[in-house]
Amino acid sequence: MKTILSEQQLALTVKRLAHQILENNLSLTNTSIIGLQPRGVWLSNRIVQELKKLVEPSAIEYGKLDITFYRDDVRKSLHIANATDIPFSLENKKVVLIDDVLYTGRTIRAALDALLAFGRPSKVTLCVLVDRRFNRELPIQPDYTGKTIDTIISQKVIVNWKERDGSEEVILLDS
Amino acid sequence: MKLSTKHLLGIKDLNREDIQLILSTAEQFKEVLQRPVKKVPSLRDITIVNLFYENSTRTRMSFELAERRLSADVLNFALSSSSSAKGETLLDTVNNILSMKVDMVVMRHSASGAPHFLAKHIPAAIVNAGDGINEHPTQALLDAFSMREKLGKLEGLKVAIIGDIMHSRVALSNMYLLRKMGAEVVVAGPPTLIPKYIAEALGVRVEYNLKKALQWCDVANVLRIQLERQNQPLFSSLREYNLAYGIKRKLLESLGKEIVIMHPGPINRGVEMDSDVADGPYSIILNQVENGVAVRMAVLYLLANREN
Repeated sequence: MKTILSEQQLALTVKRLAHQILENNLSLTNTSIIGLQPRGVWLSNRIVQELKKLVEPSAIEYGKLDITFYRDDVRKSLHIANATDIPFSLENKKVVLIDDVLYTGRTIRAALDALLAFGRPSKVTLCVLVDRRFNRELPIQPDYTGKTIDTIISQKVIVNWKERDGSEEVILLDS
Repeated sequence: MKLSTKHLLGIKDLNREDIQLILSTAEQFKEVLQRPVKKVPSLRDITIVNLFYENSTRTRMSFELAERRLSADVLNFALSSSSSAKGETLLDTVNNILSMKVDMVVMRHSASGAPHFLAKHIPAAIVNAGDGINEHPTQALLDAFSMREKLGKLEGLKVAIIGDIMHSRVALSNMYLLRKMGAEVVVAGPPTLIPKYIAEALGVRVEYNLKKALQWCDVANVLRIQLERQNQPLFSSLREYNLAYGIKRKLLESLGKEIVIMHPGPINRGVEMDSDVADGPYSIILNQVENGVAVRMAVLYLLANREN
């Protein structure tokens, strides 16, 4: 077991990601933040919390997307859906997709597909906390990265959040 | 998590967790149906045949829409235009269809037990869309979904099922489901339309007085009088039935309380329910139809053929 981000580092990383998103989307005009269910939402909640300190809170358009019904492995296993909550149109918006760990890229592929059900965004960018860069199965890369790490398939990245897991850190498990 | 059964033949075979899983999945599909694009690619590699050996408008359209919203390929079979008229047996018809690589069968039949028979002989997943006077599981599921949506729970809910209990598959499926989910059930109607021993067999209470049943319940699920299944007169006239057991606006107003009125359709207006009730403020009949698509999407999604 190895710690990738300690509690303090995680807090700083979330702040940095929020600032980077703002840097490229000044005052968040015409921008929508979309967290991916179930795990990415924990990160997007934190980032939105930071953004609220930096811009007029009512200017933030924040939604949650579940990609269960868009997966490409329906035949293999059954996945239970979580709630999607996007009460606004994404037509011509700049969308920032947020997930915790970028691994094979298949979740993001499904998310890009799912987003189109809410309109045609003018641009989609991707923000992740951890990028496992050597395990990609599709040509998908993040625009905002918390930390890039080199892993092998048998390893596992665990993101813990205080409210849910009691501690706050990112760890790498060998198994 | 997955369903404990491979087919949906009846609510009788489901457990509490199955029912909860279907209802919570249906909630997510209901959200999908509010989106600008109401279609998801979940079942794009699945082919479904709708085998309707008995007439249907709502159920058939609801299933077909659910299948298309899930991106499944859809085949339709209607008795009137089929080879069954030439004497082909049910099993032959289905085996011929399955040899064209069909994954799921949605089936309605006038014989009770027809889908159960089929389930023993073919490998595809079967969804019962109503078999004779036995069960109509997706109707009970969408009824439960609508009750939960309107009143927030099923546990402890007081539900009256009113009318032709004897011939109604909707009634039987509803009773199984509501009892499993901890609701209290009263069946009300003329004695000739309520089977003997139903109270002992299904854990429900029988009430012959309509007003008493309505005074007691939170929800009244009113059934259609199924003249096509009654081969002997069980009450003297439709007019008399309406006078004794028809749901009237004045009667509901005289209760002086909140009540939710449901009906699985098609309604015989002026027989089991008057128009001012069906179209009035107590009725959630059209919500039931809307929810039907989401519930059927959930059932098909959870049963879609999987290698496991």
